[in-house]
Amino acid sequence: MDTFLLQLNHVRQAYGQQVVIHDLSLQLKKGSIGCLLGSSGCGKTTVLRCVAGFETISAGEIWLNGECVSRADFSLPPERRRVGMVFQDYALFPHLTVAENIGFGLHRQAAAARQSRVEELMMVVGLSEVSAQYPHQLSGGQQQRVALARALAPKPELLLLDEPFSNLDVSLREYLSQEVREIIKSQGTTAILVTHDQAEAFAIADEIGVMHRGEIQQWDTAFNLYHRPANRLVADFIGQGAFLPGRVLSDTRIEIEMGVLNGEFSSLRIAGGEPNRKDNQVDVLLRPDDIVYDAISELRAEVVQKAFRGAEILYTLSLASGARVLSLVPSHHDHALGDKIGIRLEADHVVAFR
Amino acid sequence: MFIGRLFPFFVAGLVLAPVGAILSSLFSPTGEIWSHLVESTLPQLLINTLWLSVGVVAGTAVVGISLAWFTAVFEFPGRRFFSWALLLPMAIPAYVSAFVALGVFDFTGPIQTFLRSWLNSDVSWFPDIRGRMGVIIVMTLAFYPYVYLLARNAFLSQGKRSLEVAQSLGFDRRHGFFKVVLPMARPWIAGGLMLVLMESLADFGTVAVFNYNTFTTAIYKAWFSMFSLQAASQLASVLIVLVFVVIVVEQRFRSRMRFAEARKSERAQRIPLTGWRCGLLVAFALSIFLLAFVLPLVQLIVWSARAYSQDFDIERYLEFLWHSLSLSGMAATLICLVALFVVYGVRRYPGVLAHLAVRVATLGYALPGAVLAIGVYVPLTWLDGQLSEWMSQRLGFETGQLIQGTLFTMLIAYLIRFMAVSHFPIDSAMQRITHSIDEAAMSFGLKGWSIITKVHIPILRSGIFTAATLVFIDVMKEMPITLMTRPFGWDTLAVRIYELTSEGQWEQAALPAVTLVSAGLVPIFLMMQQTEK
Repeated sequence: MDTFLLQLNHVRQAYGQQVVIHDLSLQLKKGSIGCLLGSSGCGKTTVLRCVAGFETISAGEIWLNGECVSRADFSLPPERRRVGMVFQDYALFPHLTVAENIGFGLHRQAAAARQSRVEELMMVVGLSEVSAQYPHQLSGGQQQRVALARALAPKPELLLLDEPFSNLDVSLREYLSQEVREIIKSQGTTAILVTHDQAEAFAIADEIGVMHRGEIQQWDTAFNLYHRPANRLVADFIGQGAFLPGRVLSDTRIEIEMGVLNGEFSSLRIAGGEPNRKDNQVDVLLRPDDIVYDAISELRAEVVQKAFRGAEILYTLSLASGARVLSLVPSHHDHALGDKIGIRLEADHVVAFR
Repeated sequence: MFIGRLFPFFVAGLVLAPVGAILSSLFSPTGEIWSHLVESTLPQLLINTLWLSVGVVAGTAVVGISLAWFTAVFEFPGRRFFSWALLLPMAIPAYVSAFVALGVFDFTGPIQTFLRSWLNSDVSWFPDIRGRMGVIIVMTLAFYPYVYLLARNAFLSQGKRSLEVAQSLGFDRRHGFFKVVLPMARPWIAGGLMLVLMESLADFGTVAVFNYNTFTTAIYKAWFSMFSLQAASQLASVLIVLVFVVIVVEQRFRSRMRFAEARKSERAQRIPLTGWRCGLLVAFALSIFLLAFVLPLVQLIVWSARAYSQDFDIERYLEFLWHSLSLSGMAATLICLVALFVVYGVRRYPGVLAHLAVRVATLGYALPGAVLAIGVYVPLTWLDGQLSEWMSQRLGFETGQLIQGTLFTMLIAYLIRFMAVSHFPIDSAMQRITHSIDEAAMSFGLKGWSIITKVHIPILRSGIFTAATLVFIDVMKEMPITLMTRPFGWDTLAVRIYELTSEGQWEQAALPAVTLVSAGLVPIFLMMQQTEK
């Protein structure tokens, strides 16, 4: 229990009749970076605001570093939680310089200590050059780093980041999220961020929770979310892919239109916990990298759509039955729409749902 | 077209001409009256003006900011009602609240009369409403909505968020408000306070009712009692210098508002208030609303009813009403047309100079009406002289005055003063007509005039309507310009109120005042409708 810095136990939050968070639980270890991933309106930002103490909860408990900070009948004021927050719009103070913004939360410290902490952070986030400038003189990326430094300055137990990259250029996001990860790790801070962008979540987080309609569908590593999704919602939300109907032959074999899949059925979830019976009808998830190009294969499929991705082309292929699958093919195999190309199954982790 | 390009500069010139005419009086020889003024009244005028400015700015800051904060961030019974009801006092011209306050709280008024009969003693302890504090309180209650409105906008867009930032950095709510929320809202609050300051400096009617001497009343007296245009101009030039300082400060804050761009407001939870805090807050909001709006309105209605039941000259009232309406109508038409030309001129021929001209052209709102009346009179008198001389030389007979004492003088003064009021809504409507809209229209084969009638006018319509309404109401309420430049026989409701209240006839003044108040409610409802959208 005390190994977890943050624990949410069966948290529920509602605005009047409208329930935003249902029965949500999660744990986050000290020093790790967690992420709530979901489309807009799924309640992920509300979770963050409950942890920060800006919203009260109607049931459940929130524990922070061994102390209960939120219950239905109690809420520790935000300023006493030692939680830092990076707001979506950064909410920098326009009337203060970069250095003054960063030092703002250090109001209880002596001037000298404050100064050295501010200088340290400006070094860490690479803003020493612009310390005397005002927020409106900075680029979006710089503003975001000021917001990060300001939140980190008082050494919070937990750092919350609300859609921290949504105001930035798409081309900058991945690079910046790596950088932000390094800054957070260098400060030894535990953090949770909220985003709707999986690439961002994968780049920055150790553990990710996929949220839908106020509930966490799966709390796991990026690898497991992609290759071992707990349910169809997660499978649909993370990555690309297509479902094909299949028939269970044995514990390790499923037959689908394109042949027989062998392997470990990691996510073969059977309703009601039944064992995986022979002849069960299932839907098999095929990722674009599960289907590879093979010019000499007898299995042929017609190109119905193509998207050039640089190193690869993502083909949408129509099988004989009319079912569609995706395939990621090195881009020198350039085929026109209507061409029949040879493909082969190459799936290591097979995911199937009843 | 060349004229289109010059139009903004022409209007800017109209604004600068009276300022120049007045300031030039500083360099003309000072007469006996002026040295008399400097010795006897100028120090008192400066002290009075200073007290009034400091008092009203402090009063509106406290009332406006606190009410804005409470209605923007907290939840309490009646919050929705108060958030718009607290704007309603804007409908009551300050000079109307002033005479109502005198009528109610003065020695012979109902309050003191009641206290005397109830306590059966003289109530000499009752504070004298006619003093400095009386003027300050009346103006505070009349002008606080400017601060309330702007501060509330700032708090609604960023107040809750900046409070959260402060809390996430370890500040409690009270420190967060003073350390973060208030400094961040400073450009808006300062903007509101500067408007209040301009209104206080420009005010004529309120101080006239209270017999509290400021520059505006002194200018009026110098001209109409001492018949010294020279002394009036010199007094006006001192006031212009004061106003100029305010403008510079205001423009500085306005440019800062751009950096602190208001973000989209999040409909976050309001902080619920309960118990004695809640009671105290509701009592505060309610008493401001009652004092600033309900009390004056009820008293006006009671007086009107009483005046109407006695021998009330309905025909004269209708004549004043007609004068008010027709003047406002003419002014609104003229000013909106000019604003349209200016906006089109800048759109067609943009440039640094053109934008500067517009800035100057819209600065006239800062010129106090009493100053403007003189500022327009002086150059027009000169022009009139030149004109009649030229006419007599050419035509061989005397034409007499052609411009002075006509509606033209008055309309020019209105144009200068209310140009900004009509420019803002028309200009923001014009901003929505991008050049690609024109190009899209042209791609469908429209050109020239048909673009204007089929595309521009429909888009501009609501902006023009708003502009015309605002100007119409402002002209109706306007007192000093009308009083000082009206042609013979053109008494309006506002002029009538001035005449009646200077004789202490509150009851007779009530019906014209109620008429102005009901007109004044129109723009407030317009504004509320727009913010609802």
